Amino acid sequence: MSATGTRAPAIELVDVSKAYRRYGGRHFATLKSALLQRSILRDLRPSEILPALKNVSFAVPSGSTLGVIGRNGSGKSTTLKLVAGITKPTSGRVTVRGRISALIELGAGFHPEISGRENIYINGIMLGLTKREVQKRFDEIVEFAELREFIDAPVKTYSSGMYMRLGFSVAIHVDPEVLLVDEVLAVGDEGFTHKCLDKFGEFKRRGKTILLVTHSLGLVERFCDDAVWLDGGEKRAQGDPKRVVGAYITDVERQEEQFLAASDARTQHDAVTGERRPAGPVDAGDSAADMSRAAEGRWGSGGVEITDVGLQNDQGQTTHVFHTGEALTVRLQVRADRPTRDFVFGIAIFNPEGVCVYGTNTDIEEHQGDTLEGTAEVRLVIEALDLVEGTYKLDVAVHKRDGAPYDYHRLLYTFRVKSRLKDVGIYRPRHHWEFSGGVSFRKTL
Amino acid sequence: MWHNLAQLARYRGLIQSLVARELKARYRGSVLGFFWSFVNPLLLLLVYTFVFTYILPARFVYPDGKTPIDHYALFLFCGLLPWTWFSSSLLEASGALISGGNLIKKVLFPAEVLPIVSVLANMVHFFLGLLILVAFLVAYRHVPDLGGLLWFPIAVVIQLVFTLALALILSALTVHFRDIRDLLANLLTFWFFATPIVYPYFLDSVATFRWLFDFNPFFHLAASYQEILYFAGPVGHARWLVALGVASVVLFVFAYWVFDRLRDSFAEAV
Repeated sequence: MSATGTRAPAIELVDVSKAYRRYGGRHFATLKSALLQRSILRDLRPSEILPALKNVSFAVPSGSTLGVIGRNGSGKSTTLKLVAGITKPTSGRVTVRGRISALIELGAGFHPEISGRENIYINGIMLGLTKREVQKRFDEIVEFAELREFIDAPVKTYSSGMYMRLGFSVAIHVDPEVLLVDEVLAVGDEGFTHKCLDKFGEFKRRGKTILLVTHSLGLVERFCDDAVWLDGGEKRAQGDPKRVVGAYITDVERQEEQFLAASDARTQHDAVTGERRPAGPVDAGDSAADMSRAAEGRWGSGGVEITDVGLQNDQGQTTHVFHTGEALTVRLQVRADRPTRDFVFGIAIFNPEGVCVYGTNTDIEEHQGDTLEGTAEVRLVIEALDLVEGTYKLDVAVHKRDGAPYDYHRLLYTFRVKSRLKDVGIYRPRHHWEFSGGVSFRKTL
Repeated sequence: MWHNLAQLARYRGLIQSLVARELKARYRGSVLGFFWSFVNPLLLLLVYTFVFTYILPARFVYPDGKTPIDHYALFLFCGLLPWTWFSSSLLEASGALISGGNLIKKVLFPAEVLPIVSVLANMVHFFLGLLILVAFLVAYRHVPDLGGLLWFPIAVVIQLVFTLALALILSALTVHFRDIRDLLANLLTFWFFATPIVYPYFLDSVATFRWLFDFNPFFHLAASYQEILYFAGPVGHARWLVALGVASVVLFVFAYWVFDRLRDSFAEAV
């Protein structure tokens, strides 16, 4: 970056704003009604302005790679379209130096009826090559797309993966100085994704400028020299990818936390205000399959009540978002209307498919209840939450030893487990890999 | 605007290959393929010849009131071929930006290329149909005046400019008012019969409307084609044709200006 700092930036956005106009009610209006009501002028004026970008400025030095991250609707794609010149900014200035190729919609210009061969020519010309230039690169394009034997078949017979590969291959062989990439690495299989990454790496080495819009944060960290985080059309942060990605993840978790808290509050509210079912014959021995059929709700005979449930992390903060391996404490506030000796506290964790991940109660674990009166707090401390990423729900209950519930909260509490790894299953045993002998691994890009 | 217009020349290659694609794609999958471009006008001409010779013998006469117009189907075709070029171009162009929406939204792509391609692709069909017409004219010994033939390319160019101008305006406005397409289809039907194509302009029954014809731009084109290809003798309509040519250029500049003004709204509205 610093080496190229003296040159003019390849992409420069200065105080760029973009507002999309919404023409209110015009969608169903017709020319006739517009003319009859003499509203044609009014209708052509936007009734609503949707700001997509607000005063965003950044520059991408020639030869560097910038990653743009942000939630859906944060203005990432608008930024890309502005840089590509497809739309114009409402205010501000966008400058791009050098030939652009935009990997935005791959194969957007393909005509389904004609062959892959003819489409390569037309697409290449659309992207700014001359016929001769396409000719020169033709074999390379076909080779890269891995479509040698299908190249003379009409494009409509291609699978979506073949279609995307061909589009990608043409776009990347335009040999741009500035490459715009919008979430296209989801193209094709693992092997092709690697080829694309290799191609990007080659572009980087050859000193091309790349603007990458993606949700793949790992890619931004590994691949980009610089990162911009857009949020609601505004630039929240720019700088070292690791730092920006970190800040972004923290923010996403905070939002997720708010969302889960709100939706939990809603289900709990519904469960309380809704019809309270009489104490059913729910015994502790119910199989997980039966449990998964029951919807969220709250029931029981009363007498002992769970007044509040909280989830806490390592630091004792109440939250709904946890990381794999972190500690989780379930806190139950309990109130007994009259003293009782017959009580069991139970907790179960369910995954979204309704599988009981784990369930236990004080009786199973041989805590003999002796007295319960007034208010009390019960905590289940899970030292390490070794679950894979996903959303989980909790059952909490206080019931008699024979299973008859005092107060049963069914799936009323949600928490989310986050992980940087995409491992699968439910449970993540503590583990590591060991290798010896003739095996070695590449360093990741 | 002038800058964009100048840029257009750079897209020659693109326009060329898109026209070629349009023509190829149209007949892809059919047995006769490109041959249909000949077969279609040929069959149409045969049908008209049959109908107007045996079923509904057309008995139009020249202004002198005696000489009948023979080979009515040939006369009809002289006006019908250019009209088909004109009307199909406009109908296709009016939907061109919407059907090409993917390109406008996702690729940096000069939108005016799309309506232009519609007009040019239809012009190719016009030329192919023309070959059939010429073959029949020669077969029926209806050789047109050679001096008058010099006017033919001029008429084609004027029609091209005129059609392009309307295509640009219609394609741009249709993005915002989708109902233009339906409106246009009906308007074109009316326009077709308001233009002396199925009947000669000197027909007695339309004498009262003669002065109105002068306001119909396509009348000047149709009459010119008929005079050049069908009626022997000098082209009496040349002055009007030149006037239309000048008007078409002005219209084209205006159309391009409108298109350019609306350009930025396309990516959001299609």
